[in-house]
Amino acid sequence: MTRKGVFVARLAGWLAVMAVLMWHGGAAWAQSAPQDPAAAANAYVNAPHDWELWFPPAGSPMQAKIDWLMKYVLWIMAVVVGFVAILMAVVIFRFRARVNPKPSTTTHNTLLEVTWIVVPCLILVAIIIPSIDLIYYEADDTNPYMTVTVTGHQWYWEYKYDSVPGLDYTSYMIPDDQIKPGQIRRLSVDHPLVLPVGEKIRFVISSADVLHGFYLPSLGVQKYAIPGNTLTSWTIIRKPGTYYGQCNQICGLNHDAIPIEIKAVPLNDYIAWTKMALANYTENTVTPLLSSPMPRNQLADATR
Amino acid sequence: MSITANDHALAAHGHHHQSFVSRWLMSTNHKDIGTLYITMAFIGACVGGTLSVIMRQQLMYPHSHIVANGDTWNAIITAHGLLMIFWFVMPALIGGMGNWFVPMMIGAPDMAFPRLNNMSFWFLAAGFVFVMLGLLLGSGTGAGWTLYPPLDNAQYSPGMATDFSLFSLHLAGISSLLGAINFIATILNMRAPGMTMHKMPLFCWAILVTAFLLLLAIPVLAGAVTMLIMDRNFGTSFFEPSGGGDPVLFQHLFWFFGHPEVYIMILPAFGIISHVVSTFSKKPVFGYLGMAYAMVIIGFVGFVVWAHHMFVSAISTDSKIYFEVATLIIAVPTGIKVFSWIATMWGGSIEFKTPMLWAMGFIFLFVIGGATGVVLANAGLDQELHNDYFLIAHFHYVLSMGAAFAIFAGFYYWIGKMSGHQYPEFWGKVHFWTFFIGVNLTFFPMHFLGLAGMPRRYPDYADAFAGWNYVSSIGSIISVVSTLVFFYVLVRVFSSKEKLADNYWGEGATTLEWAVPSPAPQHTFLEVPVIR
Repeated sequence: MTRKGVFVARLAGWLAVMAVLMWHGGAAWAQSAPQDPAAAANAYVNAPHDWELWFPPAGSPMQAKIDWLMKYVLWIMAVVVGFVAILMAVVIFRFRARVNPKPSTTTHNTLLEVTWIVVPCLILVAIIIPSIDLIYYEADDTNPYMTVTVTGHQWYWEYKYDSVPGLDYTSYMIPDDQIKPGQIRRLSVDHPLVLPVGEKIRFVISSADVLHGFYLPSLGVQKYAIPGNTLTSWTIIRKPGTYYGQCNQICGLNHDAIPIEIKAVPLNDYIAWTKMALANYTENTVTPLLSSPMPRNQLADATR
Repeated sequence: MSITANDHALAAHGHHHQSFVSRWLMSTNHKDIGTLYITMAFIGACVGGTLSVIMRQQLMYPHSHIVANGDTWNAIITAHGLLMIFWFVMPALIGGMGNWFVPMMIGAPDMAFPRLNNMSFWFLAAGFVFVMLGLLLGSGTGAGWTLYPPLDNAQYSPGMATDFSLFSLHLAGISSLLGAINFIATILNMRAPGMTMHKMPLFCWAILVTAFLLLLAIPVLAGAVTMLIMDRNFGTSFFEPSGGGDPVLFQHLFWFFGHPEVYIMILPAFGIISHVVSTFSKKPVFGYLGMAYAMVIIGFVGFVVWAHHMFVSAISTDSKIYFEVATLIIAVPTGIKVFSWIATMWGGSIEFKTPMLWAMGFIFLFVIGGATGVVLANAGLDQELHNDYFLIAHFHYVLSMGAAFAIFAGFYYWIGKMSGHQYPEFWGKVHFWTFFIGVNLTFFPMHFLGLAGMPRRYPDYADAFAGWNYVSSIGSIISVVSTLVFFYVLVRVFSSKEKLADNYWGEGATTLEWAVPSPAPQHTFLEVPVIR
């Protein structure tokens, strides 16, 4: 056989193996889909990765706006810091005692002093205008497709779907020693929050015990969970996938062990999932204000 | 500013022969009390710093077990915050250097109320015992230094530790309040003839503004802490939703104190930096009046921005906009300070002695911390950045690098005046450069951790955050080495036999403390100096 013939034969063999693998993979997915429609979300994972230098990829329009404003403000501040750095470098090289033995006696310069008041004011105006837009945008939780009531507990989250009567379940972190392949230590949970993509979702956030923080960095959502108060926030998730968040207000022993995992799925899969969840999550359903089902120390052992 | 005859030969006769007990335990001398405060700050920094090293060791790798569990971890972070603020930065800058140099700089024989001054110190010392009990009793106080209820109420934090921590704040608060009254009375009434307010050194202006902030902010903290103690022990429900109370009320009260507290820690630092920059540039401070009134404005506006700490708590949209704008306005007087320091150096004949290195390091790093402060002031961005490591990086840039660098600048600047012995220049510079590298390596990567979404107060984290946490912990080890260099500097200072001139910095140092011997005698001035 020629060299070219060998190459073509190997390519054909490789493609055949891949086709078989994909067929099996696809069949496996098709089989599991009826059990857990949320599994489709595994396609895309928006999780933090090592040596990260910037925000997670924007999973929602709100996070995209935050990302833009952050770049805008940081560039302005980088110019300010750079300007100060240049001035200090000039001072260090031009006005050291050896280079400039005779100090000047200038202590006033009205024009200069007015300039360094007026210019910072103008910079602040340039920051404030787009910033106020973002504040109003973040506050606009009107006309949602659905509302999820999120309740923080020591140490788990409870998700109640206001539009699906009876759907109210708890979400615990997977303890470190029970992590399976594909799960992320300290971020994966037993029952993720499942949401439809492309729809406006309102979160009504509260707490059953101490303060917690409902923090979803890849969606640009953060609010305290305060007992006796309800705060609202909202999101629209752009594409199916898995998104993560964590508790961001100190809440005691296992503050670092109540992550939030969101599976975003197409609307049809979401509706199928609600039916599955209503049937299967009954033992997980809790009534609000029920305290931690595990004693404090036992939970500590399980998660640390 | 010139000084009339002041016979230093006579000053030596001013020394009393006092026993150790009467000199140090019943002191009425502002310099001795200042020394006590600085000793307190040294102890507070050593304990608080050790806690930070334990924290960085725990966070060096994911899934560490250096700290036993989350309760111990929370007790450590709480004590670290309280100690660094109330038992390191405040006693070093206000009680320590303020006590030592405010009376000297204004030409006063001592503080207005010497016994009250002593009482202020011992309240703080007692508070230190209490805060340590709060760390060590049972599983410790685990609510964070902000002490937000309900986590620290009787249900979720049973045991005496939290009560001790709360009472330690009462003691530190009374101490600061009495000290503030003393400084205000001293500065307003005891300036030497001819020293008008507009001739007063900037460090005294800084301490005066700080004292007013303490006077107005501490009572609010005292009220909030008392309400917490009542909720814990006497069945009231100020912050209990089940009894009609509201945890958000505590957040308002706490930050009404807490935000001015930030300026309480940084304004005296501003004062020290002005003196150091002017001395080593051999030039008077540029724009003196602007510098003084910038601090007054920062003090005023600092009282009306508190809810920017609550952007993701219960707060209305329009309030967010108000608090964002008010907060950003503080950047303007702060800009006046920074540009005036640079203008002071501009055209100067700068000698890069150790205090000047710390001051220049302060200016540059404080500008970085200020820049991230402008970012965080945006309520819309705070929804992403609140309580994550970006915030930790920001406030350590303004405190661990701002306030701490100014404390070291003041230490190297004045140690000759306080002890009579000069520090070794080479080792001072080694201390500066190792510390500069250490703290930057510790805190700069925290910006990236925050952007990636790592929350604060976590003893363990997702493995993806491991890289920058490792770098940060290496930085903390370098800072430890740097601190050992500082201990060696202290040994050299106190074992030195060298005699120092009255004004060992030369022409650039023009304030009154340089007109008296080094070390300053027990009675600073035998004759009242007259300022022309």
